Amino acid sequence: MGYILESLRQLAGAEPTRPDKDRITSRAQQVHHHKRQNPFTKAEFEAIYEDHGTGRTKWRNRRWATLVLVNLLFVLSYYFDIQILEGALTASRFVGFHMADLNSALQVMLAYKHLVLNLVIGTVTVFIMWVLLGGRTFCSWVCPYHLVSELTEKLHLLLVRKKLITNHTFDRRVRTLFYLIFSLLALITGFTVFETISPTGILSRALIYGPGIALLWVGLLLLVEIFYSRRAWCRYVCPIGVTYGLVGTISPLRVKYNVKDCHHEGDCRKVCLVPHVLSMTIKGRASNHDMDIGADCTRCGMCVDVCPTDSLNFVLGINKKSNK
Amino acid sequence: MNDKRTTTRAKGGPALSGRRKEQARREFLRTSVMAAGLVGFSLLGFLPVVQGTSLRLRPPGALKTTDDEKEFLSSCIKCGQCVQVCPVQAINLSDMDEGFGIGTPYIHPREQACDFSCDGLQCVLACPTGSLSHALNFPADTRMGFARLSRPSACLAIQGKGFQGRARGPDYRGVLRYDEVDRWNPIPVADHPYDLELCDLCVRQCPIEIRITQCAEKKQTAGAEKLARVAEQVGNECPPVHAIALEEVAMPDGGMRMSPVIKQGCVGCGVCEMICPPEPPAIVIDIHKITDLT
Repeated sequence: MGYILESLRQLAGAEPTRPDKDRITSRAQQVHHHKRQNPFTKAEFEAIYEDHGTGRTKWRNRRWATLVLVNLLFVLSYYFDIQILEGALTASRFVGFHMADLNSALQVMLAYKHLVLNLVIGTVTVFIMWVLLGGRTFCSWVCPYHLVSELTEKLHLLLVRKKLITNHTFDRRVRTLFYLIFSLLALITGFTVFETISPTGILSRALIYGPGIALLWVGLLLLVEIFYSRRAWCRYVCPIGVTYGLVGTISPLRVKYNVKDCHHEGDCRKVCLVPHVLSMTIKGRASNHDMDIGADCTRCGMCVDVCPTDSLNFVLGINKKSNK
Repeated sequence: MNDKRTTTRAKGGPALSGRRKEQARREFLRTSVMAAGLVGFSLLGFLPVVQGTSLRLRPPGALKTTDDEKEFLSSCIKCGQCVQVCPVQAINLSDMDEGFGIGTPYIHPREQACDFSCDGLQCVLACPTGSLSHALNFPADTRMGFARLSRPSACLAIQGKGFQGRARGPDYRGVLRYDEVDRWNPIPVADHPYDLELCDLCVRQCPIEIRITQCAEKKQTAGAEKLARVAEQVGNECPPVHAIALEEVAMPDGGMRMSPVIKQGCVGCGVCEMICPPEPPAIVIDIHKITDLT
């Protein structure tokens, strides 16, 4: 329950809770205490990096391959009429079975105000699928905008490193505001307003059915992300992410954090799209020996790749409170 | 601007907290501007809908009335599955300039009309949200628009002219199904030259008229027993009403000429507009009408 509540708080845009001292388990307290008594030396840090090596890309490779494959399957299904995955990311048929993007389906249901059987079937199927696979897993493993945004992010980080630009943050709570506004707009106006500006739908359709002027809008978003605010769309706007985040609260597929060997150097938070979910990796903040990363996490695995001490790992299964 | 100065000064705290406050204030401003800008931009999508510029010839069964596409735009999930199943690729998806209509299917009949060569209304069957209504069973149930003789002076039949050659020229890329050539696959119109003493292409290629002829032939050859099929009993599969005919009509100059006359059975599929040889065509689909009756 604590996991779900804390996930919901962070999804809504609240800062992660700092655990009270008495809420930290004795085992975690021992670890914190031990680390305070024996701070890591510089040599130890270097040895760890040496040992671990830098630039691991295991999960990134798997993820990019999956993302490209899924989107390619859409394109090829139409292009060669092989009928495996027909439609676009907003709604499709996978070998005949209905699938509907949860956020697109939500928008249509709010705007149209009727429940259509095929849409309900597609929505339930996809809901179950993402409950099993982690919710926001959709974002980093499927969404085509995530991939282009991830690539342009490298340019952004380079420009920041060269001190040519600075990153501008927004208040994360605005994403909740967008979620409410776009839901209300669909309900009140009767149009799927968000779909008009959704780069996910635009890119998916452009890949399958050919480019259009809507790509200029996606380009503009990317320019803002390169020159003004890192990963702004995914971090502060996208309601699709919120919808899948909500699904992810009850998903057993999570990234797990183990505090014991962690050096708290913060490499994970530097690469993360949603670093607030990794707040427990800050020195002294872990309330448990083992902890599950919250549902706003897109399960992209970059922290798993980058962690020099293997303190972050994918797990399937919900962590027991007691932690043995 | 002044507000913030007074607050930070009034607080009189250490420099750092002042700067933090300033940062938070700026972040709040940035966020407000971004939120207002994005929501405002998304609402621009209203314009083409309100102005009516997003009105289009929609695929069969679209949930719309002639001038109100609201239900269609709201129920469509913008996935393009209808595009994928269409055997003549008549369906395109709207772009962002059509606002809330983005990603919705439409037909540009002059380039490629819907000739119902799928027989079973595949787009309707493919639609996951019922935005193309499943209440339709046969092409003749459809009402997409209504044909109109917009330039009678250009009509070859009215001029008493025949037509020889390729209806839309050698470079035209549209396709139609010609049952006598290939029952299952549409072929390019450019590969099917005509030789007509009096041009009747709009009548000859009308899918509804073709269906009526086929039904009449079937009736003659197969006898009465086949008519036990429910669809034919109800009269939907075999269109009960003609869509277009070439009839002798009184002209403004007093003479009698042969002219295409649009009948109540017209479904607005656009094949007549597609096949009409003159440029621009003499006959077009009026999307603001689905009947002659007012």
